[in-house]
Amino acid sequence: MSVLSEGVRERIRALFPKYPNKRAVTLPALHIVHDELRQVSTEAIREIADLLDLHPAEVHDTMSFYNFFKDEKHPLGKHRVWVCRSIACALRGGEELLAHACDKLGVHPGETTRDGRVTLEFAECLGACEGAPCVLVNDECHMNISHEGFDELARKL
Amino acid sequence: MPEFEPVLLARINKPQSAALETYRADGGYEALRKAVAMSPGDVTELVKSAGLRGRGGAGFPTGVKWTFLPKDHPGPIYLCVNADESEPGTFNNRILMEFDPHQLLEGIAIACHAIRSPTAYLYLRYEYGRSYRVLETAIQECYAAGILGENFMGTGRRLDVHLHRGAGAYICGEETGLIESLEGKRAWPRIKPPFPAIEGLFRKPTIVNNVETLCCVTHIVARGAEWFKSVGIAPDPQNPRDAGSYGPKLYTVAGHVNEPGCFELPMGVTARELIDVHAKGVWKGRKAKAVVPGGISMGFLSADELDTPLDFNGPGKRGCLGLGTAAVVVVDDQTSMVDVLYNCCRFFSHESCGQCTPCREGTLWMTKILERIRTGHGRLEDLDLLLEVAGSMGIIPGTTICGLSDGAAWPVKNAIHKFRPEFEEYIRTGRTSRDPVAYAH
Repeated sequence: MSVLSEGVRERIRALFPKYPNKRAVTLPALHIVHDELRQVSTEAIREIADLLDLHPAEVHDTMSFYNFFKDEKHPLGKHRVWVCRSIACALRGGEELLAHACDKLGVHPGETTRDGRVTLEFAECLGACEGAPCVLVNDECHMNISHEGFDELARKL
Repeated sequence: MPEFEPVLLARINKPQSAALETYRADGGYEALRKAVAMSPGDVTELVKSAGLRGRGGAGFPTGVKWTFLPKDHPGPIYLCVNADESEPGTFNNRILMEFDPHQLLEGIAIACHAIRSPTAYLYLRYEYGRSYRVLETAIQECYAAGILGENFMGTGRRLDVHLHRGAGAYICGEETGLIESLEGKRAWPRIKPPFPAIEGLFRKPTIVNNVETLCCVTHIVARGAEWFKSVGIAPDPQNPRDAGSYGPKLYTVAGHVNEPGCFELPMGVTARELIDVHAKGVWKGRKAKAVVPGGISMGFLSADELDTPLDFNGPGKRGCLGLGTAAVVVVDDQTSMVDVLYNCCRFFSHESCGQCTPCREGTLWMTKILERIRTGHGRLEDLDLLLEVAGSMGIIPGTTICGLSDGAAWPVKNAIHKFRPEFEEYIRTGRTSRDPVAYAH
């Protein structure tokens, strides 16, 4: 039984014409699988490698370089929330906000709530420094987030 | 000098600023029309004569970079757009992409014509989701309008622009790290030479340019090299190697100021004017203690160095690494430099790609030494130890492949040289700083 659905495979194959070789599709393929399955399991790595004519070790080598991707031991929750801890945010309460987020969700950075709803992460500079402290919720950046503002964001997840 | 009018940010507050229709109504893609009527060599010559220098951090002359491509190469030649903006404090590329994507796409198309590239890859940091969506729409609009695709702008040639998302690694902003990442590998920077212009993406000649740089190209073609050179700072006549600091520049100001933001100004504005006039002063009525001139890897200016002009030369004359990304971060006088430096070191330790030992180990141990100081167990000798580690890592001492390490060392060198009494007092009095976050690992 394969872990990559035909739909996922089709989306990956659709990217081949953009690049002169299949290996360049590694990161986009990892993103597609990661978004869909909330993890990239060992079996998924094998199947991605098969699609891209690579060795599984080559895909794993790339994947493990980017802390971004979660393996099967640490699957992502339904939502992923990043709180910036770099300098521009830290100067305006970013680390206190991250600590508050940990308290609120009952997790450490990098962990997922027990109900599988939210994975909390620390972020290095999100590039939204004019709105420090900032929080990235999935794909959307929120600026000037107070502790109450974070609670409000978390409530909607 | 006439009143300065913003050019790069001229459209960002207009309604529907990201749409092709409004961009065209404002004269958009006329520069591209003009460029494709010129020979590629003439476009390169124009950009070279304008004195445009790369906005991504290194300040290398853009037109000169383009001339490094081999002549009569069978191709393909690639353009990589570096949109992996990750230097702490920097966000001007994000604003350009979110609010005026066509200005960038026009610059990309002009550059592709100039370097004879049929394909551009825009490497976008993953965290810029909104930029991704805006650019994706803008690119589709371009294909539908014949600005991209088969027979682009009626040239009979094909031009493609592909978006490629990163995965949260600062090192992908280094041009050869970016290329490795695009090829589907870990983003380990390459040993140079060969430089990308000779052998880059997919082992083909490649030009890597920053987002703001390419936006400048659009306006240089539209308004001419003389216009570009009428803005900014001319080369220092005493320094034959100075290429000048021409053109408008996007400065970002963040940290302890009343109104953080992105401001377009002639190159060479002082840090003081940026903070006091544009960002409306240091917050809470306080004074600045230290100012990062261009992203944390450039180091720090002290409070008595704020009249430094932020052109390509100014910060270097004050012991900083350079202008960097022109991202100004202000630290107020109530903040401990030990804590600020710790934050910087922790960033680089997290983002070192691990390929070169001096960087991987140096960034980690500098962070650990600062952790020790922050728990009250620091020793005065630790300051010299920090300087010794910082002095041993980077391209400048010749121990690493890329400049991440120089950027990691610089804030340490500047902080200890310029704020040593504060560090000594912190250690001597046994002060401590608490990290509000408990990390599991």
